[in-house]
Amino acid sequence: MKRFILGGALAAVLALPALAADYTIMAPAGPGGGWDQTARTMQDALQKEGISGSVQVQNVPGAGGTVGLAQFAASTAGKADQLIVGGYVMVGAILTNNSPVTLKDITPVARLTGEAVAIVVPAASPLQTIGDLVEALKADPGAVSWAGGSAGGVDHITVGLLAKAAGVDPTRINYVAFSGGGEALAAILGNQVTAGISGVGEFLPQVQAGTMRLLAVSSDARLPGVDAPTLAESGYDVVVQNWRMVAAAPGLSEADRAAVLADIEKMAQSATWKEALATKGWADTYLAGDAFAAQLDKEIAATEAVLRDIGLVK
Amino acid sequence: MGTFDLLLQGLAAALDPMLLLYALIGVTLGTAVGVLPGIGPALTVALLLPVTYGLDPAGSLIMFAGIYYGGMYGGSTTSILLNTPGESASVITALEGNRMARAGRGGPALATAAIGSFVAGLIATLGLAFLAPWVVKFALVFGPRDYFALMVLAFITVSSAFGDSTLRGLTSLFVGLALACVGIDQLTGQARLHFGVPQLLDGIEVTTLAVAMFAVGEALFVAGRGNGAPDEVIAVRGSVWMTRADWARSWRPWLRGSFIGFPIGALPAGGAEIGTFLSYAAEKRLARHPEEFGQGAIEGVAGPEAANNASAAGTLVPLLTLGLPSTATAAIMLAGFQQFGLQPGPLLFATNPQLVWSLIASLLVANAMLLVLNLPLVGLWVRLLTIPRPWLYAGILLFATLGTIGANPSPVELAMLLAFGVMGYGMRLYGYPIAPVVVGLILGPMAEQQLRRALSIAQGDVTTLVSSPVSAGLLAVAALALVVPMILRSRGRGRVLAQVASDAD
Repeated sequence: MKRFILGGALAAVLALPALAADYTIMAPAGPGGGWDQTARTMQDALQKEGISGSVQVQNVPGAGGTVGLAQFAASTAGKADQLIVGGYVMVGAILTNNSPVTLKDITPVARLTGEAVAIVVPAASPLQTIGDLVEALKADPGAVSWAGGSAGGVDHITVGLLAKAAGVDPTRINYVAFSGGGEALAAILGNQVTAGISGVGEFLPQVQAGTMRLLAVSSDARLPGVDAPTLAESGYDVVVQNWRMVAAAPGLSEADRAAVLADIEKMAQSATWKEALATKGWADTYLAGDAFAAQLDKEIAATEAVLRDIGLVK
Repeated sequence: MGTFDLLLQGLAAALDPMLLLYALIGVTLGTAVGVLPGIGPALTVALLLPVTYGLDPAGSLIMFAGIYYGGMYGGSTTSILLNTPGESASVITALEGNRMARAGRGGPALATAAIGSFVAGLIATLGLAFLAPWVVKFALVFGPRDYFALMVLAFITVSSAFGDSTLRGLTSLFVGLALACVGIDQLTGQARLHFGVPQLLDGIEVTTLAVAMFAVGEALFVAGRGNGAPDEVIAVRGSVWMTRADWARSWRPWLRGSFIGFPIGALPAGGAEIGTFLSYAAEKRLARHPEEFGQGAIEGVAGPEAANNASAAGTLVPLLTLGLPSTATAAIMLAGFQQFGLQPGPLLFATNPQLVWSLIASLLVANAMLLVLNLPLVGLWVRLLTIPRPWLYAGILLFATLGTIGANPSPVELAMLLAFGVMGYGMRLYGYPIAPVVVGLILGPMAEQQLRRALSIAQGDVTTLVSSPVSAGLLAVAALALVVPMILRSRGRGRVLAQVASDAD
C-alpha cells in the first residue's frame, strides 16, 4: 500500500515535466527475486546514465511470470515506454500453465544476463564424477533423486535434457521439486537426495566450504573460478543457461522498436550496468534484436520438446 | 569465551549514538509499515530495503534489523486491535488478542505481546549467537518425511485446540485444506482448481484469506446484528498495563513460546506460523483456565507472540550459517547482504565475523528499542478502540481493502477478499471457528508437498515415513496427542476434555 501511495505521489510529481524517454518496467514477480532485481538494476542504470529521466518498476507477481505477461500484453499495445523483464523460467511456465499469452505476444528486445546450472552431490556421496552419476541414473533412473527448483523450471529441464543425452527415458527421472534453491539446498546438505541441481551461484559457497561436491556445470565453456567440467565436455550434449531478458510492448512501430533497442544497448554498455553485474555476480550475456529473437524461438522449441519428453506438457 | 567476546565487540559497535539513531529510525519505520494490515514483514523489508542502500554496512544492517523486528511486531498490533492479521504468523495472536481488546483488555494484550516479543527475541538472539552451529546440524537432519511428521503433529494438536466442537473445527480445517489445493502443484507444475483464472494459479494468498475471514467477516457480522449488539467494544477497562496476575500468567508462555519457536524457525522448511500453532495448542492444554480460551486468554497471546519472534531469530540460523533463506523475509534479507557483496553461507562467520556479530548485536539493540518505542504507545493504540463502532469497522474495511490491493494489485484479489469475507460471515453466523480455515491453507500445501517428496525419494515405499528416528518420534507424539485424550475421556477424567466432547454435534 505504501508502495502505492509513494508511487502515486512520485507519479504526480514526475508527471509535470514529462520527459520523452520515461519508462515503466514490469517485473512479473514479487519484490526481491531475480526478475525484480533485474528490473531495479535497469531502473538504476537507465536513470544514472541519463538514458531516461524517470523509470518506474511495477511488480505483478504470479505463476512463473505469466500473470504479469498476460496483463502486459493486454494493456500496452503500441506503447514504446513500456518494458517487461522475463527469462527462461517464463518459457517453461507458459508451456506448463498452458498460458494463452506467449512471448510471441510481446516484442523481445534483448537478453541481458544469465547463469549456468550446476549439478552437485553431498560431500559424503560415493559418486565422484558426473560419469558416476549418469551410470547410476542408467542403472535405475528412479533410484537417483534430484532436488531442484520448481517443476518445469530450468533445473528440471536440465535433468530431462541430461537423461535424454545419456539415453535414459526422461519420463522416468525422479525429480523432487522444491519451492526454491534454499529448500533444495537443505535436502542436499542433509543427505536426503542423491543429487542437487540449481544455479551455480546458489551452490558455490557450499562447494567452497566442502559440504558438497560440484560434478558439472551446464555452460558452454568452463566457468572462471569454478573447478568443474561442463556437461558438454563430459560427453553429454547439454548446454543450458538460465537467462533473463527485457521485452517491449506488442505492435511497436519500426522506429519505436529501434529507439528502445538503442536505449537498452546504451544501458547494457554503460559502466553503471557493468558494475552492477559484477557486484551481483551475473554473467553478461547481452544479445539483442533479431539475433535474440531467433535464439528465443530456438529455445522455446527445444524447451517444449523436453517438457513433452518429461511428460509435463501433453 | 571467543563467542562472548565477539558479541561484546559487536554490541560496543552497535551502541554508537549514530547507529542507535539508525536503529530507532528502522524500528519506527518497520512498526509503522508493519501496522498496515495485509503488509507483513517480508513486504515491509522489501519496500524499505532501498532506504538502507545509502548507508555504510553497519548502519544499514542495524536499520535493517530494526525494520525486520519492527515489521514483525507491527503485525501483532493490528491483529490484536483490529482483528486483521498482517501475516500468517500473527493469525493466532488475533484469536485471543482481539477478544481481549474487545473486553477492554487491549492494553495488557499489547503489552504481553511486546514484552513477550522482547523476551523471546532476547532468548532466541542469544541462541543464535551461541548455538547456531549445533542447531543447524539438527535442522539438516530433517528430511521431507520428518517435516511431514511435524505437520501431522501440528494438524492433530491444532484441530483439537480450536473451537468448542471437534466436528465443527474439523469441518473448518477441511475447508482450508480444499482451498489449499487451488493453484499450481509444486511438484508437477500442473494447475489445479484455477477455473481459467490466471491469478488463481499461485493459489490463495494466506493474508487475503486471513484478513477477509477475520476483518471483513467480523465487520459484516457486526453490521448484520444491527444496533442491539450485546458485546459492546469496551475501550479500556481497568489498567492499560499488565496486572500482577497478567504477569504471573504470561511469563511461562513467553518462555515456552521461545523454546518452541526458535528451533522450528531454524528448520529450513519450518515457517514461523507452525511454532505459533504449536504454542497456542500447548498453552491451551497447560492453562489453568482453559475455558477462557476463545474468550480472551492472555496465555494465548503471550505464547504465540513469543514463538513468532523466536522463530524470526531462528530463521537467521540457516540464513547465516548455510545461506539458506527459509522464509520470504529471509530471502529479502539475503538480498540485503548481497548489496554489500556478502554471501551468507558456511564461510560467512569465518570471513566476516565483525559484520555477523554486529548484525546479531544490532538485533539485540533493535529488540530493546522496540520495547522502548512500543510500550509507551500502548496507551495511544488502545484509544483506537474508543472510535465509535461504525467508524471503526468502516476504517477496518478500508484498511483491509487497501492492504490487500496494495500487496497484490488485481481485481481478482479484491473479489476473493469480499467472497471470503462473506464466507467468514456465514461461518460466524452458524458457529464454525474460522482460524482452522487459515491453518488448513497454511499447513495443507506444506504437508502435501513433504509427503509426496518423501514418497518420491523412497520410490513409493510407505514405510519410509516411520523409518527415521525423528519422524517416528514425532508421529509417536502425535499418536499420543490423539489417543490420550480419548482414553482420559472414556475413563471419565479430565472435565475439560469431556466438555469438548459433549459439545460435539
